[in-house]
Amino acid sequence: MSNVLLIAEHVHGKFPKTTLVGLAAAKDLAAKAGGKAVAAVLGQGIDALATELTTYGVDVIAVDGAGFAHYLADAYTAAAAELIKSKGFEAVVVPATTLGKDLAPRLAARLDAGFAPDITHILDAKTFQRPIWAGNVIQTLEIAGTPRVLSVRGTAMDAAAKGGSGTVEKASITAAGTMQFVEFAETKSDRPVLTEATIVCSGGRGLKNGENFTTYLEPLCDVLGAAMGASRAAVDAGFVPNDLQVGQTGKVVAPQLYIAVGISGAIQHLAGMKDSKVIVAINKDEEAPIFQIADYGLVADLFKAVPELTEEIKKLKHS
Amino acid sequence: MKILVTVKRVPDPETVIKVNPGGTGIVTDNVKWVVNPFDEYGIEEALRIKEKVAGSEVVLVSIGSQAAQEQLRTGLAMGGDRAILVKTDDAVEPLAVARVLAKVIETEKPDLVILGKQAIDDDANAVGQMLAELLAWPQATFASKVELGADGKSAKVTREVDGGLETLAVPLPAVVTADLRLNEPRYASLPGIMKARKKEMKEIAIGDLGVDVAPKARITKLETPPKRTAGRKVESVQELVKLLHDEAKAI
Repeated sequence: MSNVLLIAEHVHGKFPKTTLVGLAAAKDLAAKAGGKAVAAVLGQGIDALATELTTYGVDVIAVDGAGFAHYLADAYTAAAAELIKSKGFEAVVVPATTLGKDLAPRLAARLDAGFAPDITHILDAKTFQRPIWAGNVIQTLEIAGTPRVLSVRGTAMDAAAKGGSGTVEKASITAAGTMQFVEFAETKSDRPVLTEATIVCSGGRGLKNGENFTTYLEPLCDVLGAAMGASRAAVDAGFVPNDLQVGQTGKVVAPQLYIAVGISGAIQHLAGMKDSKVIVAINKDEEAPIFQIADYGLVADLFKAVPELTEEIKKLKHS
Repeated sequence: MKILVTVKRVPDPETVIKVNPGGTGIVTDNVKWVVNPFDEYGIEEALRIKEKVAGSEVVLVSIGSQAAQEQLRTGLAMGGDRAILVKTDDAVEPLAVARVLAKVIETEKPDLVILGKQAIDDDANAVGQMLAELLAWPQATFASKVELGADGKSAKVTREVDGGLETLAVPLPAVVTADLRLNEPRYASLPGIMKARKKEMKEIAIGDLGVDVAPKARITKLETPPKRTAGRKVESVQELVKLLHDEAKAI
C-alpha cells in the first residue's frame, strides 16, 4: 500500500492553516506515490473535528480518549506508530509546527524510518527539498526505504481547499506514556496568528525595548490588521516572547505584505520571511542587508517613520 | 545529578555559507568553527544545575572529527567536568547520532540529557526527540525553563510552543532540548581555559560502538536558493504608502 498518513494538528477546535498545508502535501505525496491520503485526528471529544476534516475530501481516523486531551510526545508517538504499523502507511506527514517538530523525529525513531524535516518541495514519492544552513542552501534528499516521515513547512504550498467527502473510522488506542501536561500559558492577542496572517509587521533590535513594540509597532499592526513578528535579536534581547520570532529557528511566514521595522536582516531572519509577496524595510542604516531583498526600502528613523506610516494608512483607509 | 550535554562543531553563525562547485558540500576555507549556539544554552543550563545540586557532574559529548575537540574544550573551559569525543570523519544523520548517543548513555547513565534544540548547520531539530524515543524516556523540547523536583527524580519544564508557553512534568531520566531564552551562556574565564586543558577527554572511534550508523536518506544535491532582488528605495512615508496602495496593491 502506498497511502500517506497526515497527523492533523488542531488548535481550539479548528484546523490551522499549517494543518491544511500538511493535508495538501499529504495529498500531493499520495498522488505521486500512487496511493491516497488519510488523516489522523488525535484528541478528546473530536467527533465534530473528524467529520469536518472529511469535507476536505479525505478519510479520517479518529483516536479519541482522555489520554489524548493534551498533546504529549510519548503518547502521541505510540498511538501514531500503532496506526502506521497496523495500516501499512508508506509515508507520514506532520506539519512543521512546534507540535510537529516535537513529534515527527520521535515517530521516525520509533518506526526506524527515514526522516525529512521541514520540507518545502516534494519532487517525487521519495525525493524532497529542504532549506538548511539558515536557508542559505537547499538540500535535496532521497529516502529509498519506507516508511518515510516528513515535516512540512507551513509555506511549502497552498492550504488544501474544501471539496469531496470521506469516511470517519474510530481507532481504539489507549494512551501510554510518562509525560504529564501541567499548564499552557497562552499568549493572548486579538491579532491574527503569525503563520496565517496576510500582513506581518516585525520589529528588530532597532526598536530598542519591549515597550516600543507596544508604542510603535502595535498601532501599525492594528491599522493593517496585521500579525506582529520579531527578529531573533529582539527575542534574544528579551523585548518580546520567542513565539513571535520569524526566522529559520522560529516561524517561517510568507504573507502578502511583510514590513520589517528596525531589522538589519540577518541571514537566519531572511530565511523566515523571504518568500513574502511584498517586502518593506524601514531602517536608519542604509547599508542594512534587509534592503537587498526589500521591494520598498525606506531609510529613516523608525520612531518618526512608523507613527507617520500608521497615520497615513489610517487616512487611506478612511478615504 | 549527572548531566550529559551534547556539543556540535558548526561554523560561526555569522559565516557566509557558499555551496561548493560540485554541490556536494559547503566551502569550508576560512570558516571559523564554534560550539552550536543552542548547545551553549544546554551547557550553561547543566552548569547552573551543577551549581545548585551538590555532587553533580557535567559530561560533554560530541560526535565528529578530531577537530571537534576544540569545541569540547570550550565546554570544559565553561565548566564541564569531562568530555567524550566519538570520532568520525563522515556526516552522520540524526537517527544515527541518536543511536550513538543512546549507546554512550547506556554506559554513562546520566539523570538528564540536554541538547540544543537544533544545530545551525543541517537545521534538523531531531536528535533530542529521536534519542528520547530510543531510550523510551520523556522529552521536553524547546525549553525556556527547567525546574528540578526536590526529590531529584522529576522535572518541570516550560516549553516555547506555538501560541504560548507550555509546562510539562516529566520523571527523570529525561531529555531536554534548549531554546533561545533558557539562559544566557557564560564566557569561559581564563582560569577556566587553563583548567580545561587538564580535564579528561576520552576518544572513542564510532566503529567501536557497534551501532548502525548507515544513513536512511541520501543527499543528492546542495544548491543555492534563488536570490530575491532588491527593489527600490523610497524617499518618504507618503511615497511608500502610495506605492503600496497603487503599485503593489498590498494595502
